[in-house]
Amino acid sequence: MKTQISATGNLNPFSAAYFREIVAYKDLLITLVKRDVSVVYKQTVLGIAWAVFRPLVQMLVFTVIFGYFIDFQSKIGDAIPYAVFSFAALVPWTYFSVSMTSATNSLVSNANFLTKVYFPRIIIPLVPIISKLFDFGISFGLLLAMLLYYGITPNINALFIPVLVIVMILTSFGISLWLAALAIQYRDIQQLMQFLAQLLMYAAPVIWPISIVPAKFLPYYGFYPMAGVIEGFRAALLDTGPMPWLMIAQGAATAIFLFITGSLFFRKKEDSFADVV
Amino acid sequence: MSKVQIDVRNVSKRYRLGLKEESNDSLMGYLGSVVRAPFESFKKVKSLSKFEDDNSESVLWALKDLSFQVNEGDVMGVIGKNGAGKSTLLKILSRITRPTTGTIDINGRVASLLEVGTGFHSELSGRENIYMNGTILGMTKKEIDRKFEEIVDFSGVERFIDTPVKRYSSGMQVRLAFSVAAHLEPEILVIDEVLAVGDAEFQKKCIGKMQGISNTGRTILFVSHNMGAMQSLCNKCIYLEHGKLVSEGETSKIIDQYLTRNHSTANAHDWDDIKTAPGNDQIRLKKASVYSENNPEESILFINNDLVFEFEFWNLKPMQTNLSLKLNSIKGELVFNVVSVVKDLNEGVYRCRFHVPANLLNDNHYSIDLHFVKDASRSICFMEDVVGFELQDPPREGSWFGKWEGIVRPTFRTELDLV
Repeated sequence: MKTQISATGNLNPFSAAYFREIVAYKDLLITLVKRDVSVVYKQTVLGIAWAVFRPLVQMLVFTVIFGYFIDFQSKIGDAIPYAVFSFAALVPWTYFSVSMTSATNSLVSNANFLTKVYFPRIIIPLVPIISKLFDFGISFGLLLAMLLYYGITPNINALFIPVLVIVMILTSFGISLWLAALAIQYRDIQQLMQFLAQLLMYAAPVIWPISIVPAKFLPYYGFYPMAGVIEGFRAALLDTGPMPWLMIAQGAATAIFLFITGSLFFRKKEDSFADVV
Repeated sequence: MSKVQIDVRNVSKRYRLGLKEESNDSLMGYLGSVVRAPFESFKKVKSLSKFEDDNSESVLWALKDLSFQVNEGDVMGVIGKNGAGKSTLLKILSRITRPTTGTIDINGRVASLLEVGTGFHSELSGRENIYMNGTILGMTKKEIDRKFEEIVDFSGVERFIDTPVKRYSSGMQVRLAFSVAAHLEPEILVIDEVLAVGDAEFQKKCIGKMQGISNTGRTILFVSHNMGAMQSLCNKCIYLEHGKLVSEGETSKIIDQYLTRNHSTANAHDWDDIKTAPGNDQIRLKKASVYSENNPEESILFINNDLVFEFEFWNLKPMQTNLSLKLNSIKGELVFNVVSVVKDLNEGVYRCRFHVPANLLNDNHYSIDLHFVKDASRSICFMEDVVGFELQDPPREGSWFGKWEGIVRPTFRTELDLV
């Protein structure tokens, strides 16, 4: 194996060489993902139950406040209980916000690796993006159990859930690549994350039905990728209507854009991480 | 002629130093700086990765125009004082950071060990951490599977392999970490001062293991301040000073050069001012010197001179005092520890002499540590490296001119007769 080290390297994140390098370190990625999954629940009493605890509690809070007090229930009709309505959104949303937050902070919290060993840096933010899918899977299972309990039948569009999941992952990964590369130099990003996650949640149709979005914004609203993902989850699993394909397509476009620009930016900054951390 | 495995050409590395904060002494100045602060901070944080003004004082060249080559199978030592650029060089070779200018061609897989235990996770068991640490250092899972038994054996923590490492002693963690690293099988191994950890026995084991690695023809780059380890492991050395290459070549030659440049060969030290002299409120050292008994003025000392180690000190409180002297070789080996006679001293300046016979010590650089002892039992003051000196081999007759080995070099009465 020949390597050349020089002041500037190959900065194309989509080159075959870069891809081969990531593949060469796949065992590291697998080990780190396993660690991420297993360590979170070590020495806890509830163990893996914590994976569903967070979205469940949020669902209860939302159901009491928005389902009863503010009465969004009347806006979504009687066919779907508000609890299921919000939980169907909280499952993808929780993945999105948790994976994005930990991926953004990942470089800073793994600074000791960055200054001691070489590996493609992109592995570090990729780890939470993958490992949080485990929690996502568990809460998705719980969602299906709730559908069964309430006697709600998903429609055929449920087959497209994997497409929505991919859009969800790409969005989270794309944003994380940007923010992680910035956060290692500007620690403000870590402070900002808490707002950002909250802001993005109120901007997404998690607690409210999409019907309250003013008509003139609706044609563009889909460019916020989580809107299409959440509405897609509801349409397919709760059978609330036709799949919002336009929104999903718009969201996919944003997600791909974020992912490509994020990768380019990350690759450009990657070599200086050890110097600025 | 073996082939070149690492070819470093004109490598430089620049770092940005932290800038000093400006302080305010008025309320308005303070308010003004609060408003300006975000802009100032932004400029400062941004400047960590931007270099417009190359010559400003906030820029440090950790390496400057460094070029050298390492051949396949070489064990190359990197010598230099702290801040000479050794660690920066290893970081660049292990691709953790990029050089600012220059290129390096590397032929083979590099594994680097810049700190023992990188990536240990305290919640995980020893077993999980072996995999964790191994993959971080660049091994594949298969490689680790194959070497697992060996790694555990070498570390000596078999019994605790399924216990979380947070319950390990720090010594156990270090042993486990080193044994993972020692079983890496790259073509090129880059090691920074990792032998500073662990007990003497384990260090010996580590050096043995590294010798084993080098015997299999793999290339090692090695940084250490332990000249003894350097001497026994490396066949070649480079010597860095302020980021520049001073010299390269055969290990003992380079080590000698490094030592002579960095150790005062003045055989005497005087402290005139009692306030700044080494010591405390009971003892202050006034003078420390080493000279030849028969020729006190001569500055070059040979191994066949009778030597005097002479110390003068202020005794500040009446007490029963004596001196305990430790003679260290430059590689840090303790050659001997002797004590002076014990006497009741009043306040005043005293002189103490140790007479060291000729033909006892080998040619080497030495340094002396002193303990002042009260009541022949309690150390009241310890002074490190109060004086250093060099003993030279006198021009010798005969047909062999190599270096005589050993810490001491006594002359014994010998006989060789026809029976």
